Amino acid sequence: MNTSSSSVKSKSNAERKAIRAERLQLLRRNKAFLVGAFILSFWLLIAVFGSMLAPYPYDAMDFMAVSKKPSGTYWFGTNKLGQDVFSRVLAGTQLIVWMSFLATALGTIVGGTLGLAAGYFKGWFDIVLMRLLEAISAIPVLIVALLAIAALDGQSSGITVGVIGFVFAPNIARTVRAAVLSEAELEYVAAARLRAERTPHILFKEILPNVLPPIIVEFTVRLGYAIFAIATLSFLGAGVEAGSPNWGSQISENWAYIFSNIWWPTLFPAVAIASLAVSVNLISDGLLEVFEV
Amino acid sequence: MKSTAPLQRLVQLLLVVVGSTFFVSILIRLLPVGLEDIYVVNPDPVGRAKEISDLGLDLNPFAFYFRWLSGFFRGDFGSYVYPGPTLEPVSEHITRTLPVTLQLIVYVQIVALAFAIPLGLVSAYKVGTRVDRVISNGLFIFSSVPSFVIALLLAFYIGVQLGWVPPLGYAPPFCSAEDIDSATACGFGEHFKLMVLPVVSLSIPLIASYTRLLRTDVIATLREDFVTMAASKGLSNRRILWTHVFRPSSITLFTSAALNMGALVGGALVIETIFSIPGIGFEIALAIGSRQYFALQAYIAIIAFGYVFFNVLVDLTVGLIDPRAKERRK
Repeated sequence: MNTSSSSVKSKSNAERKAIRAERLQLLRRNKAFLVGAFILSFWLLIAVFGSMLAPYPYDAMDFMAVSKKPSGTYWFGTNKLGQDVFSRVLAGTQLIVWMSFLATALGTIVGGTLGLAAGYFKGWFDIVLMRLLEAISAIPVLIVALLAIAALDGQSSGITVGVIGFVFAPNIARTVRAAVLSEAELEYVAAARLRAERTPHILFKEILPNVLPPIIVEFTVRLGYAIFAIATLSFLGAGVEAGSPNWGSQISENWAYIFSNIWWPTLFPAVAIASLAVSVNLISDGLLEVFEV
Repeated sequence: MKSTAPLQRLVQLLLVVVGSTFFVSILIRLLPVGLEDIYVVNPDPVGRAKEISDLGLDLNPFAFYFRWLSGFFRGDFGSYVYPGPTLEPVSEHITRTLPVTLQLIVYVQIVALAFAIPLGLVSAYKVGTRVDRVISNGLFIFSSVPSFVIALLLAFYIGVQLGWVPPLGYAPPFCSAEDIDSATACGFGEHFKLMVLPVVSLSIPLIASYTRLLRTDVIATLREDFVTMAASKGLSNRRILWTHVFRPSSITLFTSAALNMGALVGGALVIETIFSIPGIGFEIALAIGSRQYFALQAYIAIIAFGYVFFNVLVDLTVGLIDPRAKERRK
């Protein structure tokens, strides 16, 4: 029997603060998290200030300097259209960072809300919802996304964000639901119900703060997948505007040329994708260790 | 794990097939461009109306879906529709492309497990040591690179720079009469040479995730009493790891490998496109690009059935791997 006061009245503010402080301490000593956070902040800075650092406009073509090797003038070389690869990588950063963050946030909000509701209400609502979500997640994410983008005729970043958010929601819902199921049994939830609190209050004010750790970890894990998904979709030419400097699009436009040894327009965006993905994965790894979920 | 009777589980899984195909059906009907504008070009209004009703496009989304579903369960997989309308059965495409993808996926799983099992056992056994860290960190970096990037790098270095294997293409493992007549590459040697790069690119991320799963479970198993018991009987460490520890620790690994089969079709789509392998993934990408929505409906149904099949397989085999798991599930 768990009769400690903390489970009756949820965790008190002081208690929560203490836990948070302890976790921050652990995070500050977690190497994976620190390295990841360092690389990610580098990319975030590039996303915000990149356009100021770019030596050339990302879409400016110079037909006198086509497929030039990396040099002092063109740090990452130029592609077959004579566009500066360095400037294009900088411009692509902004796109992938914003798109992946927005898509994951959307998926987390939609999936989190559904998961909270399913875990709390249980019964037929839970059963129907979970079957629906299972049906969607039986098809590979990439294929659902390609289909949805084709169906919506959406060669735009906005639609890609929406579609990815939507296909990620089931997984997030499942994680949140599992956390809520055990949480909803605890006495502080029963106590809140006895106080006749309104359901949204119980869901978002009482339960949500206590299931935040798994949600945060899930968010970072999904963020890594979102980066992969956006890069892959744009590599396949889906959901991007023509001529977009998306990293995946840059690779798909230039990779045929690696066979004639022009590797730089492909390699630099590829390294960029990998390092961004590594940083996010390192962060989720660190969080996973600290939160022990 | 939920405690559900097998029959109930089967019904649930069939609902997955219905749900996912219905979802696709609705998605198709949501198209901003009506399907009749894509497939029907007959200018004559009477002929046009007939063609539309032949395709079932005059039905409401529900009736449209049930028409498709009843056809599917009677073995009619639908058709590619070309303006005219000319129909070309999807089943022909499936019998041609599905085996190619299955080959690819099976090789990928074999390679991934062949690497992940020893790596997972070693890093769990040496948990916290340098060996463990090198394995975990190395795989971590590899798993953070999307497989299409790995594929391109491999095609460039191994295929082009080193020239060890052809960078692109596919050869069937068995030569048909036409292959020999037209001097197309075929036979086991060519087949495996061309499969190396696609298989490696798809298995690298899998090796990482499988090693991780196995490592976690082996660490937990190593703490169990029967392992101490085996050690105190004087069995060698190698023998304990393989015969006592691996089996009970492998459930999560094999479950996730089985459930991955469907998801791998998504990965195959990208890899087959890059290496021009005529598999079902490539076929799906083509069908999406050329708006063959009736054909897509069938492909999605096949993937959903695959998902169901492997789910049932997992349910049935978990008890064989570790009888205790069956008890725990009840």
